[in-house]
Amino acid sequence: MTILGISCYYHDAAAALIIDGRIVAAAQEERFTRIKHDAAFPIHAIRYCLQEGGISINNVDYVAFYDKPFLKFERLLETYYAYSPKGWLSFMRSMPVWIKEKLFLKDNVRKGLKEADENCNGRQLLLFPEHHLSHAASAFYPSPYTDAAILTIDGVGEWCTTSIAKGSGNNIEVLKELHFPHSVGLLYSAFTYFLGFKVNSGEYKLMGLAPYGNPQDVQVSAYKQLILDKLCTVYDDGSIFLHQQYFTYATGMRMVSDAGWEKLFGFKRRGEDEAIAQHHCNLALAIQQVTEDIVLKLARTAKQLTGSNTLCMAGGVALNCVANGKLQAAGIFDNIYIQPAAGDAGGAIGAALAAYHIHQDQPRSNAGTDAMHGAYLGPSYSDKDIIRTINKYGAVATHIEDSALLTTTVAKDIAIGKVVGWFQGRMEFGPRALGNRSILADARNPDMQKRLNIKIKQREGFRPFAPIMLQEEAVRLFNVKQPSPYMLFVHLVNETYRKALPDGYHNLSLMDKLYVQRSVLPAITHIDYSARIQTVSANDNPLMHQLLTDFKCIADYGVLINTSFNVRGEPIVCTPDDAFTCFMTTDMDVLVMGNFILYKEEQADVVVYKQSFAKD
Amino acid sequence: MEFLKDLWLFMKERKKWWLTPIIIALLLIAVLIIAANTGLAPFIYTLF
Repeated sequence: MTILGISCYYHDAAAALIIDGRIVAAAQEERFTRIKHDAAFPIHAIRYCLQEGGISINNVDYVAFYDKPFLKFERLLETYYAYSPKGWLSFMRSMPVWIKEKLFLKDNVRKGLKEADENCNGRQLLLFPEHHLSHAASAFYPSPYTDAAILTIDGVGEWCTTSIAKGSGNNIEVLKELHFPHSVGLLYSAFTYFLGFKVNSGEYKLMGLAPYGNPQDVQVSAYKQLILDKLCTVYDDGSIFLHQQYFTYATGMRMVSDAGWEKLFGFKRRGEDEAIAQHHCNLALAIQQVTEDIVLKLARTAKQLTGSNTLCMAGGVALNCVANGKLQAAGIFDNIYIQPAAGDAGGAIGAALAAYHIHQDQPRSNAGTDAMHGAYLGPSYSDKDIIRTINKYGAVATHIEDSALLTTTVAKDIAIGKVVGWFQGRMEFGPRALGNRSILADARNPDMQKRLNIKIKQREGFRPFAPIMLQEEAVRLFNVKQPSPYMLFVHLVNETYRKALPDGYHNLSLMDKLYVQRSVLPAITHIDYSARIQTVSANDNPLMHQLLTDFKCIADYGVLINTSFNVRGEPIVCTPDDAFTCFMTTDMDVLVMGNFILYKEEQADVVVYKQSFAKD
Repeated sequence: MEFLKDLWLFMKERKKWWLTPIIIALLLIAVLIIAANTGLAPFIYTLF
């Protein structure tokens, strides 16, 4: 049985192909169109999935869309009705889109399938699992577990914003839901907006900013108290009530009432290019702490309701790696599995798996194994494709046939301070580069965070970098025994490897704090000694494992900086062309594509036009 | 027709009948918008 999963029209459109319950391919549309968070119908991603599966659209039995459009429309109408006459402007803007397009989703999906494959006979049956069921399915079915509590938390689906379910075998039973407008995701997004970042994409920046807050500062506890007193009532079971007089997302075009929040917190909403001050960091820390408390309470409720020792998670809030790290440290569950594409893109996989296991009542076949295959579910490119790119630009490349020699060479280059673009095998599905479309650098180098942020990634200087490491290094450096292949948990560096902070550290400015060396691996140790770690085993990614092993022989640490292969506002590179263009238009020193190695200083005669991307 | 059938099944399932007039009004507007882009456009304006 062949099922195509689709998520689109809101953010991060994606497609996934499931054949007899096995995830064959999955990709986000943005990687092909080069438009960050592209929400359009995923024609290119569908074409890729079909090509990877070696099938035509007419071999697909079911097409599963990741939410129920009528139910979402019902929520919109009821919300506008409840708030009327407030919200008429938003109503007038959204209704034409709904009555022209979104309500007629079946027709649009069929048209899209025809566009993806002109031979489409239109006989594929369409299914519409609920948004949070799609998230739950994306977390539970690919996990190695046959019995688990499932927690999904995001902004909003149809009505549901948070759900607790129990997964057993091939079944998912929803036990508890929290409904719009009360939403943990929207609460976090409201602060994302107020602190000057973009909603739906800047949430991880807010998470990265939080550690710059001073936990000892009374301002943090005062902000936290204000949040809990005025904005959000948090109940013991983790459910929340958002006091709507402070929010405008239900009816307006913005998340919050600027005037109300400015009065509440005592400062103006930060502009996008405005400098970050300590009170911004303190507010970020306060909302991060509130979010962590809510997630922990929800997890305890999930444990109580299901009695399971395992938790599976998905939904945008499940990408909050700091909260995930706290959840793991709390020891509520023995095992935690988080869908690596926890946001809406992963809904494409979840919708298809829900159709297969629930609608078609098919058994699971991946017991004990992770069916996400390291999230390496996207397209790969052959040597021929790479040579085509090299020839197209007249680039100078060296082919190193022996992979062991290639990794030794690259390890040596990194150890002497070079920054390497690493393009290998199948592209990752989800927001993280996990070692196949990555920029790699030496984590021991104290200047590397600044250099990578400003000169290569062209992004805000405060943004932290994550490490990729051998599994045994996670034990040694972070005391983490569980594998973390998807970079979804934040852990603290072991005290042995930390460096003492100077006196008056908390009074330093944000950028001065950044340049204080906090551990033997300063470039990946965030301001609070934390790091969002990714572990690699020889099974997950043999070439990356070899590179880390070689680097350890040279540098004593099997750890590298791993950041996504892109610049600010650009989707992660997909093709050799994307990789080469990114390499040539930044200060990267080396590019490795397959077994080809290219050095920047040898490309003097190559002309590449710089692409511009809107800031995210 | 498939759309109307789906909509009817949805309304029956959800039993939120008070939404019916709003949905009908919006659908009529949708019909007008669609018709305005066809050869029927000259006749639509005479309705008002």
